[in-house]
Amino acid sequence: MAFEGLSSRLQNVFGKLKGKGKVSEEDVNEAMREVRLALLEADVNFKVVKEFVSKVKEKAIGQELEKSFTPGMTVIDIVNKELTELMGGSQSKLAKANKPPTVIMMVGLQGAGKTTTSGKLAKLLQKQNHKPLLVAADIYRPAAIKQLQVLGEQIKVPVFALGDQASPVDIAKQALAHAKEEHLDYVIIDTAGRLHIDEALMDELRQVHEAVSPDEVLLVVDAMTGQDAVNVADSFHQQLSLTGVVLTKLDGDTRGGAALSVKAVTGCPIKFAAMGEKIDSLEPFHPERMASRILGMGDMLSLIEKAQSNIDSEKAAELERKMRRAEFSFEDFLEQMEQVRKMGPLDQIVDMLPGMGKVKGMKDLKVDEKQMGRVEAIIRSMTHEEKQRPEMLNASRRKRIAAGSGTTIQDVNKLIKQFEDMRKMMKQFSSMMGGGKKKGKMPKGFKFPF
Amino acid sequence: MSFFKKLKERISTKTEEVTTKFKEGLTKTSTAFVEKVEDLISRRKKIDEEFYEELEEILISSDVGVNTVMTMIDDLRKEVRVRKLEEPADLQPVLSEKLVEMLSGDAGNDSKLHLPDSGPAVVLFVGVNGVGKTTTIGKLAHRFKQEGKKVLLAAGDTFRAGAIEQLEVWGERVGVDVIKHQAGSDPAAVMFDAVQAAKTRGVDVLLCDTAGRLQNKVNLMEELNKIYRVIGREIPNAPHEVLLVLDATTGQNALSQAKLFGEKTGVSGLVLTKLDGTAKGGIVVAIRQEMNIPVKFVGLGEKMDDLQEFDSEQFVHALFAGLIREREAEEEQDQAEV
Repeated sequence: MAFEGLSSRLQNVFGKLKGKGKVSEEDVNEAMREVRLALLEADVNFKVVKEFVSKVKEKAIGQELEKSFTPGMTVIDIVNKELTELMGGSQSKLAKANKPPTVIMMVGLQGAGKTTTSGKLAKLLQKQNHKPLLVAADIYRPAAIKQLQVLGEQIKVPVFALGDQASPVDIAKQALAHAKEEHLDYVIIDTAGRLHIDEALMDELRQVHEAVSPDEVLLVVDAMTGQDAVNVADSFHQQLSLTGVVLTKLDGDTRGGAALSVKAVTGCPIKFAAMGEKIDSLEPFHPERMASRILGMGDMLSLIEKAQSNIDSEKAAELERKMRRAEFSFEDFLEQMEQVRKMGPLDQIVDMLPGMGKVKGMKDLKVDEKQMGRVEAIIRSMTHEEKQRPEMLNASRRKRIAAGSGTTIQDVNKLIKQFEDMRKMMKQFSSMMGGGKKKGKMPKGFKFPF
Repeated sequence: MSFFKKLKERISTKTEEVTTKFKEGLTKTSTAFVEKVEDLISRRKKIDEEFYEELEEILISSDVGVNTVMTMIDDLRKEVRVRKLEEPADLQPVLSEKLVEMLSGDAGNDSKLHLPDSGPAVVLFVGVNGVGKTTTIGKLAHRFKQEGKKVLLAAGDTFRAGAIEQLEVWGERVGVDVIKHQAGSDPAAVMFDAVQAAKTRGVDVLLCDTAGRLQNKVNLMEELNKIYRVIGREIPNAPHEVLLVLDATTGQNALSQAKLFGEKTGVSGLVLTKLDGTAKGGIVVAIRQEMNIPVKFVGLGEKMDDLQEFDSEQFVHALFAGLIREREAEEEQDQAEV
């Protein structure tokens, strides 16, 4: 889970502060030491850490903490704000050329994920009704062109390639002309991965840059990168004037301190975060959300946005009505499951919930997507009538369903039992809520993470 | 003689060629860690907080695990108190001792590959996405071929677009066969076929590629475990080596990689790739400390023969190069500004 360690660390620090009425300078110092350690452990570059900590400390002392009623909160607030600012203030969008096509150049070290990210970016632009062109300019890595072509095929985006004998400069130039001809409005150039100290290859990148004058030069950075992230980012920035950064593999369990380092060194905004193996797992980077996530406040905003974009409000209202009347059937169950699924892999959704990092055991909670698939198979093996009236499911019907879904009778029984329990619970809820006139209240015991 | 001088001398007696490779690959700046620490010691007049902090930074900047560094600094503090040391110069022998402990491998640390004498020996490659598994396999295949061995490759990355083709290109370059299925097929089935082929063709070494996966993806890790089991079922004691390929630029997350890949596949060694950049790959020190997994090979460039056997002494020497010069430049700048 990204930044998980950092958030629990800071929560520890401020948990200590929270218990006290007043904050002495010593308290602040201790908190800052912990912040420093946590950031270092998260792979934030030590120079960046140094600067960050001294800034926070200055502000913390300047804010007359001793007069504050909630000194702990004040410190958290400062850290949060500084962290957000360090990671780039508010979210930034892709630049757009005055005259299309907009040219985007993807650069970075080997294995950072440039080709995959190029494909994801094309998919994202396509979703926004643009017409992107992918350009295969990685002539060095075996089968890199093929990889981009396969991705292009998957998402139905054209791929421009001249094989691995043409020079990247020629490829880029011709691709640009091709895009103009075909009225494609975005050109994404996938360049070969290279070391930032490889002069010959860096020179080649500069030539491509000169030839097509890109509107965006995006540095693709592996979120797991350590202290060296600053050197890499610095070199690329000096030679190519980067305009933005894409952070990849953020769905791993890395703390992703590289995000802070790269931003601090280049001053370039982190524009996207790649969060998974699927082609549509490229998301805009939200520094303020990432900062709250670092602080253990959970990424609620992202979750809400996801839910809004994926859950059909009419269907939701209908479902609510059914739940109140306890008419909930297996069909509704299936529908609900699909809606949740649309929001993305479940473990990522769990990641976004506030306080999850703190709950013991929750950290290792893994949602089994396969299990969900099995449940789906069982329900789909029922007849329409059975789905509506689960009580009619007798032994022979259950046997048939198990055979039809490739599961065992035990699996089927378990699911039916769970479903019945759920229905009972709903009945209780709806009677408690008095037929749905009262608005739902927060259940007791609900606590914010602080 | 100090530890550093001894180390330097030992390295200078190594064969010329290998040293040059390491130098080219590793030492991008002429100053070494050795000198850096010596510089720190001569520059600082007192053992104070600032001294510790700077020492910490030298270590941390090379991605040596934070825990490892903190433990070491704590040990040093204790020693200083017990021995009542005041000047950094007095600290040098203590520091050397600790560094030897931390950096040089212990007895269980063997950087050789352990493969059976009679075939087929199976080597499984695992790691996260983009670390260079396929490239490493290509280089290692070349190496075995040079040694006159009969090599077979298994295209177990059926997931990433173009991965099978990438391995095939390497197969052609090196002149070895590749066992493959279609993209998207079950990698365990590929391994089964590859092992059968290796047996019937009388192959000496079978190198198995797998798809890159993040170590926190449960299902993908289970898939890897299945591959591991399938190989073991077909040939007793196989895979004989499981190499976790690590990108040298990786930070603390490498620890989590070593741990979780180790749980699923019993990682027996590391391959540290992309060491020809400015990254030092110091995290292998922490991995060795905490999990006792040795580094077996390092990738030092793009060419076919740029895979080297790991040499811990040379690695130690090159590990921390770079910071002093930077610091000197900073100081000069500061002075110029004043």
